[in-house]
Amino acid sequence: MTVPQPDVDTLPAGPIIKGKLSRDDILMRGGMAVIALYLVITLVLPLYAMFSKSFSTYRIELTQYEVQVSDEAGQFNTPAFILANLNQQYNTVPKEELSTGSGGRLGATKFFPDFSFRSSVMYRIRNLHDAGRFLIGSALKDDTDWHELDSNTFRRVQLRPVKSTGITNFVNYFSTPALFNSIKNSLLISIISTIITVTLAFWFAYALNRSCMRFKGMFRLIAMAPILVPSLLPGIALVYLFGAQGILKGLLFGASIYGPIGIVIGSVFFTFPHAFLIISTALAISDARLYEAAVSLKASPWRTFWTVTIPGARYGLISAAFVVFNLVITDFGLPKVIGGQFNVLAVDIYKQVIGQQNFEMGAVVSVVLIIPAIFAFAIDRLVQSKQVALLTARSVPFAPTPSTKRDSIFLIYCSVIGLFVVGILAICQFAALIKFWPYDLSLSLNNYQFDKMDGGGWRAYYNSIKLALLTAVIGTSIVFFGAYLVDKSNGFRGGRAVFQMFAMLPMAIPGMVLGLAYIFFFNNPDNPLNTIYGTMAILVVCTVTHFYTVSHLTAVTALKQMDREFESVSASLKQPTIKLFSRVTIPVCMPTILDISIYLFVNAMTTVSAVVFLYSPKTALASIAVLNMDDAGDIAPAAAMGMMIFYTNAAARILHLIISKGFLKRTQAWRER
Amino acid sequence: MNQPKSQKIVPETAYLKIENIWKAFGSFLALKDVSLGIKEGEFVCFLGPSGCGKTTLLRAIAGLDLQTQGKIEQAGKDVSNLPPSERDYGIVFQSYALFPNLTIEKNIAFGLENTGRDKLEIAQRVAELLELVGLSEQAYKYPAQLSGGQQQRIALARAIATSPGLLLLDEPLSALDAKVRVHLRHEIKALQQKLGVTTVMVTHDQEEALSMADRIVVMNHGSVEQVGTPNEVYCRPATLFVADFIGEMNQLRGFAKNAREVAIGTTTLACNKHGFPEDDDIVITIRPEDIVPHSDTEPDPKAAQEGNLFEARLKEMEFLGSFWRCRMQSEAFDDNEIIADLSINAVRRLSLRCDQILTIELPAAHLLAFALPVDQA
Repeated sequence: MTVPQPDVDTLPAGPIIKGKLSRDDILMRGGMAVIALYLVITLVLPLYAMFSKSFSTYRIELTQYEVQVSDEAGQFNTPAFILANLNQQYNTVPKEELSTGSGGRLGATKFFPDFSFRSSVMYRIRNLHDAGRFLIGSALKDDTDWHELDSNTFRRVQLRPVKSTGITNFVNYFSTPALFNSIKNSLLISIISTIITVTLAFWFAYALNRSCMRFKGMFRLIAMAPILVPSLLPGIALVYLFGAQGILKGLLFGASIYGPIGIVIGSVFFTFPHAFLIISTALAISDARLYEAAVSLKASPWRTFWTVTIPGARYGLISAAFVVFNLVITDFGLPKVIGGQFNVLAVDIYKQVIGQQNFEMGAVVSVVLIIPAIFAFAIDRLVQSKQVALLTARSVPFAPTPSTKRDSIFLIYCSVIGLFVVGILAICQFAALIKFWPYDLSLSLNNYQFDKMDGGGWRAYYNSIKLALLTAVIGTSIVFFGAYLVDKSNGFRGGRAVFQMFAMLPMAIPGMVLGLAYIFFFNNPDNPLNTIYGTMAILVVCTVTHFYTVSHLTAVTALKQMDREFESVSASLKQPTIKLFSRVTIPVCMPTILDISIYLFVNAMTTVSAVVFLYSPKTALASIAVLNMDDAGDIAPAAAMGMMIFYTNAAARILHLIISKGFLKRTQAWRER
Repeated sequence: MNQPKSQKIVPETAYLKIENIWKAFGSFLALKDVSLGIKEGEFVCFLGPSGCGKTTLLRAIAGLDLQTQGKIEQAGKDVSNLPPSERDYGIVFQSYALFPNLTIEKNIAFGLENTGRDKLEIAQRVAELLELVGLSEQAYKYPAQLSGGQQQRIALARAIATSPGLLLLDEPLSALDAKVRVHLRHEIKALQQKLGVTTVMVTHDQEEALSMADRIVVMNHGSVEQVGTPNEVYCRPATLFVADFIGEMNQLRGFAKNAREVAIGTTTLACNKHGFPEDDDIVITIRPEDIVPHSDTEPDPKAAQEGNLFEARLKEMEFLGSFWRCRMQSEAFDDNEIIADLSINAVRRLSLRCDQILTIELPAAHLLAFALPVDQA
């Protein structure tokens, strides 16, 4: 009755249908290309410039210069000689001085110890081959002609280095104990801070999620406060508490707060909210049914804790650990303020670049710092992707039952943590309002006269607000638009995967490294974009890029929750995607958009690491001012400025809350049933 | 395979012509040489188990996921590689995809804007559509404030607002409660007939397909198994898969004897004409409701003459409301289990009980023979 169908399991040969792109497809791909190009220019190329810098060595090659010296009468009777031979003979310039940076120069007269510019001796100098370069005054000579100069002009001859590529910089780095010791130091403080922070944050989150203690809302608020201040602020507070004239100095039993102790305490303070947030989320999603099962199986609370609670929160704990580790190892502000002689990688970059102008070595340290940062980032991403799989729609939220003993223990514990956080902020505010610590404790607003101090004055504060607002507006637009395009466009898989990778990259790049990479890329005179160097624009670009990843992930999460058929419906109704985007996507995602902007605002206010290399006197920032005033010994004004950042961020958050609520009420009526 | 056999079944007059469609996801072939013609105004259902390619085919028609090879023609125009926005159809998804922040009215008006209609015209059309789906009072509500069935109808109204030439429905009823589903079946069908719009619906629910479709396209493993009216695919399934997938079916292994006879073990049965050569292994099928019970005492003389009467022992009776599902065993069929759906009436008349021996008739007209599936051959 029927003939079995021939089994057709291979595609017949023939042309594959190529879809015709709609106008919207073209627009969306174009948009994605623009934003990808933005990320290439602001991230990939600068990083490339930095990597290539770390492998570039500059050395003054004495073999390529030939010099002839006349007698007092100006007659060149002696033969010309190669500079290298001269130096070998008399060793007037030690070898180390010949290794230099890209901007290095060396006076030719150094090789002639008895040189006098008043002498009537004449000099001739030339390059032996085309690669040789020297300056006479500011004129570059790279030919092989002889230049005859009187001694007064010869005084102005500067030899220029030759660039070569290789691992010499890394060899130098690892043969200098003062430098590579920082790796050990950085790892040490990061690991210790991570263990302490994660432990403290776990019990804090546990208390808030699994007990019935009072004041949970207040504790939650306090736990999040450190996010509103620059990481160096706790350093300043610690100076007041445990420094040379600190009120609690005795508690340290002679140990110095300047060093690992200070860095660890400060790191615990500023990383606490990050760890708390992640662990709290992990604890909040635990399934009550597992606890009911544990009770019905008569498991002891201790056993339940280890077999249900910890495994349920393990991804949160691991993720929190790597986030904290990453924050501490890449942080610059805190060890700068309280690190003393204890060198860490992030500060080394700053010292190499700002202190010694050794950009190549700064690049080397950056490369060294990127390795643990990328490692921590990669593990965190891996763990986060597993966390999602734990959630099921059928999970029942856990509701704790009151227990007087447990609740009061947790209340005491949380109060101690809360006191630590509030105390750090309070001591800064207190110090800012005191006339002269610790001799004159009367109140005054002297420390707020920023214009009288170094660091940029009040203008720095207004610059910071400007930067934060610009970052929030521009950053949110770029991030949200980019996330929309990458999530909702059709086909073009390869391009989208590359875009996604670019968007994830910034999280793995420490701020110091990004800032340094920007110097290499944007300060290059050959780069047509170097006009933005030293302007507010580069600060905005840098900050947007620095905080791109978290914003991008937030946007993508919100967009993924939208019905993925909206675009199909809109296309079938022949409506342009931009109409759907503006009428549906943006309104529905407004709460997320506001969240991204406040995140960018707060971070732009507090960031130090990336922008410390990029600000100019005109664009000094409040967070940089804190650093610089502290550096100059104006610690009280530094604390005052730090607290200004805190109040500004707190106000911004409150404003964000009001706007969000108002917006929800006005335009999101559809959320109510 | 130069000249695919299915090509000839697409008639020239069809409104929607699907010719030799292939779709590959990597090395997996989701559609294998699918050809199909759909007449103007026809209601066609793509029916099949999950993963059979029915949604893939619908998305190819919609231009949402282009086919790898093959041609799609709508109203005489080759749309094979056009983006969705340049095709002419309205679509309703399983999730409805209603814009949550727009009112019902705005949702329906969404596709009417930017089409040269003025505001008044749009408002009139929206009112007309709301009237059509019977939700005029809900115009200013948001989707979340409506029930699932109401949302469904709004999605439908939005899809037909611009009077598209083709209506695509992707499992439109599967997210609804059973009762609402049955009710909406009739409503959608009535609406479709009223508008006369050519409609393609994807479903995995055979009842839905049988009750709504003018023609059903049964699909399996990326190929079309059978195209036919509900009656055809139910009563004259073209393949064992169709026979098995739609409705209940007893399957017994046997072999062919002559053109009108088959055998199970030593028992010979008269059956529908089949084309298998003698001694070919085959599967013989009959639907449970086609089995006729007889009382022991007076077998139907006509049946007795035709044969196909067997003694069977009633093993188990399951009451399913409108009928009894009876599991029987008969020595004639090597003690294979046979399921018969007997009316309450018949059970009462013959006062059937468990463990009773009765005579059953397997009417030759309902006995079909199929080739053994490849994996059992």
